[in-house]
Amino acid sequence: MRINCPLCGTRDRREFYYYGAEDYLDRPAPEAPAQAWDDYLHNRDNPAGVTRDLWYHDLGCSSWLVVTRNTVTHEILAVEAVADRKGGAA
Amino acid sequence: MRYSGLQVIKEGLFGNKGWKPAWRDPAPKAEYDAIIIGGGGHGLSTAYYLAKNHGMTNIAVLEKGYLGSGNIGRNTTIVRANYFLPGNSEFYSHSLKLWEGLELDLNYNVMHSQRGLINLFHSDGQRDAFARRGNMMINQGDDAILLDREGVREMLPFLDFEQTRFPIYGGLYHPRGGTARHDAVAWGYARGADRRGVDLIQNCEVTGIDVEGGRVTGVQTTRGAIKAKKVGIVVAGRSSQVAAMAGMRLPIESHILQAFVTEGLKPVIDHVISFGMGHFYISQSDKGGLVFGGDLDFYASYASRGNLPMVEHVMEAGMTLMPMIGRAKVLRSWGGIMDMSPDGSPIIDRTPVDGLFIDCGWNYGGFKAVPASGWCMAHLMATGESHPVAARFKLNRFATGHVIDEEGTGSQHNLH
Repeated sequence: MRINCPLCGTRDRREFYYYGAEDYLDRPAPEAPAQAWDDYLHNRDNPAGVTRDLWYHDLGCSSWLVVTRNTVTHEILAVEAVADRKGGAA
Repeated sequence: MRYSGLQVIKEGLFGNKGWKPAWRDPAPKAEYDAIIIGGGGHGLSTAYYLAKNHGMTNIAVLEKGYLGSGNIGRNTTIVRANYFLPGNSEFYSHSLKLWEGLELDLNYNVMHSQRGLINLFHSDGQRDAFARRGNMMINQGDDAILLDREGVREMLPFLDFEQTRFPIYGGLYHPRGGTARHDAVAWGYARGADRRGVDLIQNCEVTGIDVEGGRVTGVQTTRGAIKAKKVGIVVAGRSSQVAAMAGMRLPIESHILQAFVTEGLKPVIDHVISFGMGHFYISQSDKGGLVFGGDLDFYASYASRGNLPMVEHVMEAGMTLMPMIGRAKVLRSWGGIMDMSPDGSPIIDRTPVDGLFIDCGWNYGGFKAVPASGWCMAHLMATGESHPVAARFKLNRFATGHVIDEEGTGSQHNLH
């Protein structure tokens, strides 16, 4: 598996750390109800197919990336930096 | 047909023409008292204990492929009861006791071999942690022996004791741990359930779960609609998809775990051994192959196959621990789809839908749990109440904070 980092180019999977589903970008407000925190920390769509998840380019540019990929074929469909997303840095 | 040594001799004398199929191949009925979705180890044992312990025989197991086609036939076959935390400890202790009587109970040879399990440790801190774990195991009523380096050397002389990076300080020996023939466990439970009247329906994929007024009423399948007032979801790595049919979003992320087997060798590794400084564990099958595995590939996946970095990592860990296996040729590697929960412990519980139950979140460790998981899921489906040894495996424990985090790694699904 190779991931196309927007800053570094296509690099080996070993350089990246997998964190989890994209849900981690939607951090609830501190006073949000417990259900919101449960959803954020634990509950997942967990699709068999296209998913979007967070990877960290640990041995590269240290960017947090949103990777769109297929969990059945391991195909990487798109990679974007979290910092480039609308709304700015995470 | 009851299996026995006499039967084997008799059949041998007459050309083995008298053996019958081990289970029927029935068509689905229009309605059952209960339906179990998933014909793997846990689903089949649930059906068996529903029939045996609770007298519920008008039930069906629906399997989208063939019986035992999932993780029950793809694991590294380790059976143990060396858990630490309340919740896990009593559950796996119960499971090991069921394993010990399983072959007589099922009248089926599952090749359960209590060859002993040794978890190695490599530092003073790790020794303290294992001593404490061993005491918990003894308090639970199971067995544990803390071995020093010479004790380990006597049993496992082939380990690399003198290396400077991960010197071996000793090991926690669990004599009642061991292995079993994984497919036979599925077949034994299938045959036992079938003999009690359970319909095992293969090539029958559930495509929908019918819910009316908050109660489950049945399922839609590729072989037609089937009614039932009780439905159990026991589908391991596919739990999220099946639960979604009932509008649920589970605390599960599916990950890939690879395993490996070498060519057949003469007996060389007599126990199950785990490396304390890397996720590596190994045993030798009765056929002679070294069966070993390591960590998850760490990214969510349904591919049933992994990538090379983890292959490399597992081989490195194996070579670090026991360089003697370096000349063995790996025959096969494969991947299983693990239903990873946020605390590394399973779920056996009711759902927000009345009559709908779920058994999932087995992470790396579903195989040894097969008997107790079925026992407790059957108890839950029959009585509506959690079995005492599975009372902490609640679906909502992540929201309420009653997590059972055996490894203390937090809520990230892939770190357990």
